[in-house]
Amino acid sequence: MAFKVNCGKQIAVTLLGWGVALWVFFPIFWMFLTGFKSEVQAVSTPPQLFFKPTLSSYAEVFERANYWHFTINTVLVSVIATGVALALAVPAAYSMAFMPSKRTRSTLLWMLSTRMLPSVGVLVPIYLLARNAHLLDTVLGLAIVDMLTNLPIVIWMLFTFFREVPAPILEAGRMDGASRWQEMTMVLLPLALPGIASTALLSLILCWNEAFWSLNLTSSNAAPLTAFIASFSSPEGLFFGKLSAASTLAVAPILVFGWFSQKQLVRGLTFGAVK
Amino acid sequence: MATLELKNLRKTYLTEEIIKGVSLSIEDREFVVFVGPSGCGKSTLLRMIAGLEDISNGDLLIDGQRVNDIEPGHRGLAMVFQSYALYPHMNVYKNMEFGLKLAGMPEAERREKITAVAKTLQLETYLHHKPGQLSGGQRQRVAIGRAIVRNPKVFLFDEPLSNLDAALRGQMRVELASLHRKLGATTIYVTHDQVEAMTMADKIVVLQKGVVEQVGSPLELYHHPRNMFVAKFIGSPPMNFLPATLIGREHSSSIIEFASGSSMHVPVYSSAVAEGSKVTVGIRPEHIEVVEAGEGSGKVEVVERLGALTLLHIRLANGQLIVVQTDGSDTSEIDSRVGLHLPSEHCHIFAEDGLAFEALNRHPLAA
Ligand SMILES: Nc1ncnc2c1ncn2[C@@H]1O[C@H](COP(=O)(O)OP(=O)(O)OP(=O)(O)O)[C@@H](O)[C@H]1O
Ligand SMILES: [Mg+2]
Repeated sequence: MAFKVNCGKQIAVTLLGWGVALWVFFPIFWMFLTGFKSEVQAVSTPPQLFFKPTLSSYAEVFERANYWHFTINTVLVSVIATGVALALAVPAAYSMAFMPSKRTRSTLLWMLSTRMLPSVGVLVPIYLLARNAHLLDTVLGLAIVDMLTNLPIVIWMLFTFFREVPAPILEAGRMDGASRWQEMTMVLLPLALPGIASTALLSLILCWNEAFWSLNLTSSNAAPLTAFIASFSSPEGLFFGKLSAASTLAVAPILVFGWFSQKQLVRGLTFGAVK
Repeated sequence: MATLELKNLRKTYLTEEIIKGVSLSIEDREFVVFVGPSGCGKSTLLRMIAGLEDISNGDLLIDGQRVNDIEPGHRGLAMVFQSYALYPHMNVYKNMEFGLKLAGMPEAERREKITAVAKTLQLETYLHHKPGQLSGGQRQRVAIGRAIVRNPKVFLFDEPLSNLDAALRGQMRVELASLHRKLGATTIYVTHDQVEAMTMADKIVVLQKGVVEQVGSPLELYHHPRNMFVAKFIGSPPMNFLPATLIGREHSSSIIEFASGSSMHVPVYSSAVAEGSKVTVGIRPEHIEVVEAGEGSGKVEVVERLGALTLLHIRLANGQLIVVQTDGSDTSEIDSRVGLHLPSEHCHIFAEDGLAFEALNRHPLAA
């Protein structure tokens, strides 16, 4: 009896899992298909699932914009923002995880609360700061803003991963004569590597997909892929074929990267749970 | 090689004082054991010596030099943790090498040292295993090996054997003792295992609530506990305590009387306490004799036969339950009535504040 109930529950959970996965995946799948349709097919009703694929949208996208320029900007912004965020967050999370003070808890919550603020609320001050620092439309400027927006999440994630590392192991390092720096780099980092990797991956993805600041702080020189997509949603009317082709091109690299590192990501995200 | 001096050490967390002024001298080559109930501050005190906790107040001297502000790695100490705390990402060899490498020891010398220590601890075949692939006992050996290779002035152990099963614990205890004899390094060892404390220590420090209750050799604590806390804490099963009244003195012996009316002469000085005051008589289970008719009597409630010896739980007339240890061939039955004799030379007397009356004669092994 118990077996049957269990079995039924398992089937339900499996179906639910598939349902959610398809639900999430469908828009990406549809975008991918639409990229290979002509503009007429793209907007036809009823929507067509089977059609004769064409590369015309892609051809036009490549003709109209320099895809590689945007890609390089995105890669640079994502990598710089993630690298700097990690460099700042590792020591911060280390001190919060292993030398907590009375205020550690509230500091963490406060940092997270800054993420709840709508970005547009600080658009004007940030814009003016960037302008005065001559960082408008520069890769560095966008990287700094992306880094700062992601820093709270990066610190939080690292903090939770570091907390899984037993303190006596670090203390053993200190007894062995390691300085704080050596303790962090030679003992803590190797142990928390899966967690650090998934944190880095998450930060990369967030930077890659960041659109609000990209659109507001860059125009041409430092415009990343999100601006590339936006340039195909013109006010004269939407061209869904080209928009889909551009979007596919924009998300393809991070999708492929994410696919290859998903094992690492899952391991990192469930670090504490499975152990 | 190394002496330690603790001068009125104090530790305060937030507002709570955990270590309340501990002073202690540790001689070169001495094996000192900290014991005490859970939460009394043994680990905290050890970690203060190690440098893993700040010292809120007082001085810590190693070889006469104040080390309060010296980093743990530079105090010349090595510590073995209860959880072993091996580096999980390094194999056994690298675990032992880590400290030597940081100290800048040349490769050849490192190899030589590690090989020698691995041999002493029978770890040679495991040098390339990761800690996760080792059994608890082997991990413990690696942790000890990691401490030994650094050739420290002082070894610190925090309940190193408590995660091992009973048989292995017994074996490791003997190994550690012989290792200490061989290396002759000053050692501080935290435990709450009676047997470890009694067998390994040159000197036991009994702590309670951050205060040192007594410092002495194992047999000194056993035969001459300074107060009721130490009397109860050292020895297993613990000492029995019976209420009585001090009724007089004779040739510097004290005469006490139990509520039952029987009285006895006990060879302890009682000059500090007025006649007629309430006292507590303490006597260990192994010192009470079961006889046909003695000063007291009671009914046997529980009989525990451990093979070599027997523990009788006896209900006295006043309702108190005491434990008596007899030999393994004892034939006492549950519900039988037995007479009890308390040899006066084994009786301890404690004043109302818990302090023991000084014995007329010191025990020969506890001079
Ligand atoms: N970081 C800390 N912050 C606040 N209080 C602490 C901290 N560490 C220890 N304590 C307190 O200090 C007291 C002594 O702790 P300690 O670990 O030294 O006890 P112990 O004698 O080693 O006990 P056990 O035998 O259980 O290991 C405890 O009451 C504990 O709650
Ligand atoms: Mg402890």
